[in-house]
Amino acid sequence: MIVQNNKIAQNHKSRIEKHHIEDFIGRSYMSFCVLLLIVAIISMVYFVMSKGVSTFVVDKVSISDFFFGTKWSPEGNNPSFGALPFIAGSFITTLLAALIASPLSICAALFMTEIVPGWGKKLLQPVIELLSGIPSVVYGFVGLSVIVPFLRDVFPGQGIGVAAGSIVLSVMILPTITSVAVDALSALPQNLKESSFALGATRWQTISGVIIPTTLPAILTGVVLGMARAFGEALAVQMVIGNAPFIPKSLFESASTLTSVITLGMGNTTMGSPQNNSLWSMALVLMLMTFLFVFIVRLLEKRRAI
Amino acid sequence: MKARTKDKIATAVIVTLALLIVAVLAGLLGYILFRGLNHISWDFLTSAPRKIRAGGGIGPQLFNSLFLLVLTLLITVPLGLGAGIFMAEYARPGRITAFIRLIVEVLSSFPSIVVGLFGLLLIVNIFGLGFSLVSGALALTVFNLPLMVRITEQAFRSVPAQQKEAGFALGLSKWKIVTTVLFPVALPAIITGTILSAGRVFGEAAALMFTAGMSSPRLNFNDWNPLSPSSPLNPFRPAETLAVHIWKVNSEGLAPDAVQIAAGASAVLVITVLIFNLVARYMGRLIYRKLTASRRMN
Repeated sequence: MIVQNNKIAQNHKSRIEKHHIEDFIGRSYMSFCVLLLIVAIISMVYFVMSKGVSTFVVDKVSISDFFFGTKWSPEGNNPSFGALPFIAGSFITTLLAALIASPLSICAALFMTEIVPGWGKKLLQPVIELLSGIPSVVYGFVGLSVIVPFLRDVFPGQGIGVAAGSIVLSVMILPTITSVAVDALSALPQNLKESSFALGATRWQTISGVIIPTTLPAILTGVVLGMARAFGEALAVQMVIGNAPFIPKSLFESASTLTSVITLGMGNTTMGSPQNNSLWSMALVLMLMTFLFVFIVRLLEKRRAI
Repeated sequence: MKARTKDKIATAVIVTLALLIVAVLAGLLGYILFRGLNHISWDFLTSAPRKIRAGGGIGPQLFNSLFLLVLTLLITVPLGLGAGIFMAEYARPGRITAFIRLIVEVLSSFPSIVVGLFGLLLIVNIFGLGFSLVSGALALTVFNLPLMVRITEQAFRSVPAQQKEAGFALGLSKWKIVTTVLFPVALPAIITGTILSAGRVFGEAAALMFTAGMSSPRLNFNDWNPLSPSSPLNPFRPAETLAVHIWKVNSEGLAPDAVQIAAGASAVLVITVLIFNLVARYMGRLIYRKLTASRRMN
């Protein structure tokens, strides 16, 4: 009897231990995965930083020359590394794209949530998903073969340039802004709307006076996320923007962005040369801008919580 | 009266702009398919590209894209599952969890070209893997992992709490609950998300230009020994993917029919992404029905 009891107890104990071992293995594996994420980001920040800073430390390019210099001629006897044209190009195209895409996206979101919530959502949801699924090189190809010839025929200039880049980018960031805006609008408490309607307000008065002001931080989150995407997009822009190293004076002039210069330049320069280092500095700028965008998104989300 | 006219105008504007987006998508898809479909043939899909003469295909590129996708998923799925389950079930709210969440957010919004450069520096040069499929897959891992983590976490969080509580009430260990109770319920959402993210990886180009390379060696499709340099299965060979090929043909294509090749390749790319979307939906529903009791309960 006692022996049997012992056996049961032992059996019981070993089973508990098996559970513990399983738990331990599972937990360590998952911690390892998380650790990998941390290692990935730390090494990324470290490597991009160390390469990006060497323009200023090793090659002695002054920081103000890099950020405010307008002359980009990295080769030759007297090279100059003014990256302002590219920084300006990135900012101009990103802002223009956001200006085009935001009203469209907000209208799409209102259409899906306020105007015809039933079939509006059924129609636009797959449209948004498909738009976000189309690869960026395809956007570039369509931009190059549709938008550029169109702009060339209608406006002065070659067609390639800031306007083409912004239009292509605006279509690419439409889904980002729309889906965030839809989430925000559908999370809005119903009674807010109902009380507005009860006061005799029309739908537009409710939308403009109640719905948009209350969801504005959330909608802005979407806009910032879209801008982050536009700022980092490389190939589609590179294909249609013309890649001239000047600050554009009109919308229909060729320009460059940080990403397009890196795309074109990185393969043709040798590692460690001043020209190559300056490209890494631009990658560093891109990375810092990502941090800034994430920071702004977080600020907006805090405001949303109140 | 005035408010009412304003309302009508505003509604009309909103509806017009919303329908404009539908028209943009219809125009885009229509254009891509119309331009590309008549260029797609079996020969185009299987033959190798030609540099200067017309009539090249996209065979190796298509194969590279699919192979790279498989490699990437082999790496990211287990890792993303682990980290995602950790975030959903094990991480306690606190400073470290908030930090990890921030990391996932930052990583997923990194420009893909920065990820590509990082891959060029660390994987290609310092690890010495060179321009290869493995390098490309590792770069895509950096790019895809945060997505997988998010998908997994969301899938696990959407499992009803009662299921977990029932598991605890039966005296199961946490690990058992995660693997046998929560995972099957979360699986359909994870699979759907994985296939959708695979579609994104399939179209990714900027991160691959500097890691998987912009050229493809002459492949011998009769040689399936993964160690020989001309074998398609060799993971250490450079591999130009379909998306990179489209970019290259558009930017510096020398073949006289470069525009047609770009159109055909774009159509193939878009059709593949569409298939991924459809398969994701279908698989999600199918597996949900297989793994849960939803059919018996109805």
